[in-house]
Amino acid sequence: MKINLIGADGTEQQLDAVEGWRVMEIIRDHGFPIIAECGGACACGTCQVEVDPTWQAKLHQPREDELDMLDQNYANEWSRLSCQLIFTPELDGLRLRISEVALADAA
Amino acid sequence: MAEETITTDVVVIGAGPVGLFAVFELGLLDMKVHLIDILDRPGGQCAELYPEKPIYDIPGLPLVTGQDLTDRLMEQAAPFNPQFHFNEQVEEVEKQPDGSWLVKTDGGLTFNAKVIVIAAGGGSFQPKRPPIPGIEDYEGKSVFYAVKKMENFRGKKVLISGGGDSALDWTINLQPIVKSMALIHRRDGFRAAPASVNEMKKLAAEDKLKFLLGQVTKLHGANGQLEGVTIQDNDKKEFELEVDTLLPFFGLTMKLGPIANWGLNLHENLIPVDVEKFETSTPGIFAVGDINTYPGKLKLILSGFHEVALMAQQAFRYVHPDAKLTFQYTTSSTSLQKKLGVN
Repeated sequence: MKINLIGADGTEQQLDAVEGWRVMEIIRDHGFPIIAECGGACACGTCQVEVDPTWQAKLHQPREDELDMLDQNYANEWSRLSCQLIFTPELDGLRLRISEVALADAA
Repeated sequence: MAEETITTDVVVIGAGPVGLFAVFELGLLDMKVHLIDILDRPGGQCAELYPEKPIYDIPGLPLVTGQDLTDRLMEQAAPFNPQFHFNEQVEEVEKQPDGSWLVKTDGGLTFNAKVIVIAAGGGSFQPKRPPIPGIEDYEGKSVFYAVKKMENFRGKKVLISGGGDSALDWTINLQPIVKSMALIHRRDGFRAAPASVNEMKKLAAEDKLKFLLGQVTKLHGANGQLEGVTIQDNDKKEFELEVDTLLPFFGLTMKLGPIANWGLNLHENLIPVDVEKFETSTPGIFAVGDINTYPGKLKLILSGFHEVALMAQQAFRYVHPDAKLTFQYTTSSTSLQKKLGVN
């Protein structure tokens, strides 16, 4: 199973995904710059990703605490916190990019 | 340099869980500690990011919230009478001819310490900067991340951005003294006290302020003085708003900050240390907790607790170079118990 991660230059990389892992953990495990300061507690907002519009319907709706963190992190309509997305086989091929805000946090 | 230099054995930078436990371990070995933290209270991330969230991996505490853990560590450190300096950021450290350190904060405090312990977690908390092109040019002149004096905003055309308590509170509190007030948020939902939200909506209904849905995408002005902003609403339509002051309230982020300039070896914004003493590349400066790195490092609070116990052994050698260090247990040592005030 794979996640397609779009880089800053538009090129795509396939990351091996593991069922039950947080998408944040999969991205971080591959060495990409994502801080995830709070470790997945939905408390820091530094793992923000933008999910390809065609994949949005496959994701569960954000809970109130995720919306709150997105509020604080200049999210757009495609934004999610990758720590709140648990990878399942239905998400095989999930296409996303690390948000600019998260990249700035990691810089 | 009106301020007097505060002389102490150890300066601990960061009053999070690991910094607080450092007070305990250093105290058992007769070292006095001053702690400095950029936040306004102890606890670091535990208190700032997840005060209500349960932590399950503290030995002996099957479930404890970030705030409770902080409170208990404060209680445990109390016998050693740690001195706290909140709302202060350490800017500079400077080695003295006698081997001690001069530590200076942005608030003008100066410390002289024999040992520095960096327990700064992910770095210092700083306001989140919205990703609006060129915003840096306006910061401190017409874009502010905090309200220090309300009077500075009298008669201004203010736009506040955000949906939390800070955004709502300042919208309501500044509204009576500004020329115009607008609040912009990306959705009609807030993580603020319901009473504040109701008050804001009441003021909006009375035309005393504007509530806008969308995001600021561009700033217009010259020489740091804002004249207007471009706003994109949630239907992607753009419009302009005349404002001379923007207050973004998007919470806090963590940055390494001035630590990067102290001449320590760094690795990806972390401070490499040895695993016997948790000392940095500079003798006399230690790094413990989330901010350090070594082979096998795990960013766990419990790892930080272990690190400060070992750190204190070496710190003792700097602080009391002529004293003999004997290893003792709190269960059996009457001298340790005396220090703890339990005997």
